[in-house]
Parts: sequence; structure tokens; C-alpha cells
Amino acid sequence: MTAAADTPPAVPAAPRARSAEGAGFDRVFEVLCFGAATFLLLALGGIVVSLVIGGWPAFARFGPGFFTSAEWDPVQEIFGASGAIAGTLISSALALLFALPLSFGIAIFLVELCPPVLRRPIGTAVELLAGIPSIVYGMWGLFVFAPWFARRVQMPIMMSAEPGSLWETITAGVPNGAGILTASIILAIMILPFIAATMRELLLTIPPQVRESAYGLGSTTFEVIRKVSLPYIRTGAIGAVMLGLGRALGETMAVTFIIGNAHGFPTSIFASGSTIASTIANEFAEAPPGLHSASLIALGLVLFIITFTVLALARLLIGRQANL
Amino acid sequence: MLRRIVTGLAACLALSACGQSEKAGDAKPSGVQLTGAGATFPAPLYAKWAEAQKADTGLTLNYQAIGSGGGIKQIKARTVDFGASDKPLKPEELDADGLAQFPAVIGGVVPVVNLPGVQAGQLKLTGPLLADIYLGKVRKWNDPALAAANAGVTLPNLPITVVHRSDGSGTSFLFTSYLTAVAPQWAKVGASDAVAWPAGQGGKGNDGVAGYVKQTPGAIGYVEYAFAHVNGMTTASLRNAAGTFVAPNAETFAAAAASADWTKAPGFYLVLIDQPGANAWPITGATFILLHKSQADAAKGRAVLSFYDWAYAKGDAAADELAYVPLPAALKAQVRASWSAVVGPDGKPVFTPAAR
Repeated sequence: MTAAADTPPAVPAAPRARSAEGAGFDRVFEVLCFGAATFLLLALGGIVVSLVIGGWPAFARFGPGFFTSAEWDPVQEIFGASGAIAGTLISSALALLFALPLSFGIAIFLVELCPPVLRRPIGTAVELLAGIPSIVYGMWGLFVFAPWFARRVQMPIMMSAEPGSLWETITAGVPNGAGILTASIILAIMILPFIAATMRELLLTIPPQVRESAYGLGSTTFEVIRKVSLPYIRTGAIGAVMLGLGRALGETMAVTFIIGNAHGFPTSIFASGSTIASTIANEFAEAPPGLHSASLIALGLVLFIITFTVLALARLLIGRQANL
Repeated sequence: MLRRIVTGLAACLALSACGQSEKAGDAKPSGVQLTGAGATFPAPLYAKWAEAQKADTGLTLNYQAIGSGGGIKQIKARTVDFGASDKPLKPEELDADGLAQFPAVIGGVVPVVNLPGVQAGQLKLTGPLLADIYLGKVRKWNDPALAAANAGVTLPNLPITVVHRSDGSGTSFLFTSYLTAVAPQWAKVGASDAVAWPAGQGGKGNDGVAGYVKQTPGAIGYVEYAFAHVNGMTTASLRNAAGTFVAPNAETFAAAAASADWTKAPGFYLVLIDQPGANAWPITGATFILLHKSQADAAKGRAVLSFYDWAYAKGDAAADELAYVPLPAALKAQVRASWSAVVGPDGKPVFTPAAR
């Protein structure tokens, strides 16, 4: 519009008409882009509003007790989310704990140490891991990994415990490998490729001059990685980790198969548990309308808030890093 | 417009072709597309019936196994032609939404165990014992209470691992209804698709429960009879209302269905728990079909009823093959008689079963 206004009057009519036409389309283009962006916001807002409305009966009925109680009894219609919230946080945190060192190792090996012949096959294998559907991880976890874990890890540990000792209480559980710990390991395998692949991309963005200078000053490989490479990608690395954590928090199918699906607080390292996502997946299809459905929707809102908080924290951290 | 004419012509041709190939009489619902949704338990059988019927009468059924709860929601919202549920609706619930209900086929729930050295049918359980196991009160297989019921069988010194369904399910509903009916101590847990299990681990679906039981020596779980049968799992015998120990098989399920008095059950609301027959399996249940009594489209209503009329008449072999139990003949006749309550927009019954 300003272009048209600035045009001197002496210029012939034809170019002016053309520029006006172009400016008009610019406006349309702007509106379209604005629409695309706001549509996303509207969808997000709509989801939040519908979750709040759907879950309101549960919040109204149980109040803060919904977040603190671990009792989940569909028959008496008493619902408390703390068991599922604890299961979600514990399994995701453990998964991150297992996946983080491994994915760092994979990424650094691929970028800094890997012989060029192996670089492509290993990189492709990591990316392929990301493409495996979660239900396949669930089945593999239930039928292959859990029995192996029970035989080789869980049973020896449980049998080594002295009867009546604290160690026995800590390692109590059903000796079939299904529980929060196994679910966390499966989750770790699932989020590993996401973190590793992003980390590798990040390491590749480091200008060769930077690393070469460090080597030139006589640094060892370990020193270059620790003092040059990792600080260089720190901001992006936090984003990659949060991406993995986000996936772990919301992962449903694989966890449902392997976590043992017991409501309530986990009391030992081999205990069965449940996550927010697994509880919803298990019960939503058959939940009668009323308090049970409302409580499951309220659980959905809680998961939404947890995920949102994680992402917001990540933003905050990244912002702080950028200012340094 | 042209497309409409072509489709119309094609439909006319299809109809006339069918008309020629079939005997005159009841209008056959050829070419009608039915949608149903609900229980997962009978889904393999409905799929088999649908396949056979498509070849036989041209009726196409699209059945979505989304779970009983989902089926009830969908039929109430009228988004499907019929709903299917493992848990019957009470007569007052049916009336509130103007729904008709009838049983389609019989199944049951069986306890399955993983006990080294114990064969199928060797382990004998009573209702109160099963309740105590699921309450976590009986924790070892060599518990005196279990040993007393199983004279002659050596039960190992293994901890009992209780496995239940983690997802809401008609199977859990039948199982907990049975425990509620026979064991007073179960009353605090109650009967529902999903309950607050006092003990054990939850597996997702029949395969999840079966997976845990197979992998855990000393485990006990419960699955649909058809699932246990097809997978060759070790089942336990149960003491029924008549006091005899029965093994789960087609005969004992049929005995439970036959001993029930369906004439006194309005809307066929009957859970076949702990039936009095001498040979009756105590955890038996029918799976049900729900449809609206007043059909806006008479052809759709007719198609639903004719589908199950066909299934009653010709579907028993398929049911046997998949380890479901067909309804007894007397019950089938009663159900057919009840269909006169399903009417079209003109107020007349949409389907009149042929005299048999």
C-alpha cells in the first residue's frame, strides 16, 4: 500500500495498476499466514478448554484431593491421580537417565571418532530405531525383554535379598519383569534415537575451524569434546533432551503393555505402576459417562500441564543459555 | 447428476439380480451397508458371520470392535445401526433411550494358571477361594485352604501372582460379578468393567493377561473362554451352584445358558452367573446386541435383524469353530419373537422372521 502511495504521479497508469494488484495480494497472503498461525492457537485453546470442561466434574468433586490421593476405584467412583502422576514422572525421569549418556556416546562417536565406513550404517540404524511403532516396542518388551529381564536381572536380585531385610522390601515385586523399571528401560530405547540423532546434527553444526583450533593448541579428543564441542551445542542439546522427555511423558502403548498397570504409588524398584497415558488408554473406551470419564479427561489435562511445564522450563533454560 | 443416475441404475440392477437369484418371500436386505460397533469379545465371530453372509445374501457389515462402553455410547448417539455390549443394559436404561436388546452368542470367563506340574482341569477352585486369592489373602499355592480343595494334587510352594485385566472390559465385569455373587468378602471391591484391584498386576487385553500368566510361574489370571481354548492354556475347574466341580467347555457353557430362565428377564437382562444347572459353568455370560426400537430407516433395521436371524439359523457351526457357544434353540425363538417391538416409521415391525 505504501509503495502505491509513494509512486510519483508522472508514472504511467499501467505499472501503478500492477503494483496495486501486487499489494492487494500481499494483503491476502498476510491474512492467510495470520490465519494459519491463529488456527493453531485456536486449536490449542480449544483443546485446553474442552479438557477443562470435560474434567471439571472430577475437579469439582475431589478438589485438591484429586492430585494427592492415590485411590482409583471405579466402582465406588473415587478417583485420585497421584499414583499415575508419580508413575509418569518416575518412568520418564528414569528413561531420560538411561538414554542420555548412551545418546551422547552415540552422537559423539558418530561425529568425532567413527571410521567413515561405519558412520552411515550406524547413523541409519539409529534413525531406523526412531521409526519403529511404539506398539512393536510394547510387544517386544512384553514377550521378549520382560522375561529375559526377569530371569537374568530381577530374579537373581530378589533371591539374593535376605528375608526381612530392607533390601527385600526395596526389591519386592512380581517376578515376571513387568513394572516401572522395565517400562523405563523400554522408554529409554524409544527416546534414544531422537536425542542421539538431534545431538549428531548439532555436533555437525560446529565449524571445523573451532575444533581444529582446539586440536592445534594440543587438546586431546576428550578435552575438545568436553571443553569445545559440548559447550558449543549446549542450548540445542537441552532442546533435544526435552524433545525426548516430551515423547517419554506421553508414550502410551509400549508403557501400557509393560508397566504392570497397578494403580497407586510404586513401593519398590520392581513394583508395577501406571502412567497417566496408560490409565487413559486402558479405561477410556469402557468408562461410563460421569465421574469416571471426567476423571480420565482431567488426567489428560494434568498430562497436558506437565508436558507444557517441561517445554516452558526448556525454553527458560535455553533463553538463559543464550544470554550468557 | 449423471453419477446419481448411474448409481441408481446399478442399484436397480443389483436388486433385480438378487431378486432373481432368491426365492420370493421376505424382502432380502441385499446391498445394504450395516455399521455396528462395540464389544471386542464377539468381534472375530461377527466378522466371520459377516463374511459368510456377504457371500450368501449380499449384506455388508462393517463392525468396529471399540469396546462395549463405546458401543453403548455410539448406539445412543445413533451413529451406528447397532451396538454390541458384553454387559447387558438394565431394562430401565433400555427404556430411557428406546433401545431393544437381545443376546447374540454365549461366552464365558475361565481362570487360567501357570503351575509347574499341574495339568488343565486338575486345579479345583471354589468361588470364595478365588475371591481370597484375588484379595491377596491366599498368597501361596500350598496354602492349606487350597490343599484342602485339591486332595491328590501336589501344589508347589510358589507365591501366587494375581493377574487381572488393566483395561475396562466385559470379561472383568463377568469375573467380578461372579466373585460378588459367591463371596461376601468381595463386596468391598464390587463388580464392574474396571475395579480397584486389591492385588496383582494388570495386563492389557486377553493377550496381555495371557502373556503375564505364561511368563510367571505361579500366576493365575482370567481370560475369555475362546481365548484360553484357542491358545491351549491351563484352565482350572470351578465349583458351581449345584456343588459339582466343572471344567470349562462348550457343554458346561450351554448348560448354564439352558438352565437360565430367560422368560422372566425383561429386555433379556440376565447375567448367567452361578446358574443352578448341575453341569453349568458358573462364570457364563451372553454378549448382547442393542438397537433402537423405532427405526427411522426400516431397511436398516430389517438388515440388522435379518443379519442375526441368519446367524441364529446358519451361524452355529462358525461359532463352534471359534469356541463360542450358540444360544439354545428355545432362547433363539424367544429372541425372534421379541423383534416385533422394533418398528419402522410406519409403526409396523421392520422384520418378521420366517416361520421355522
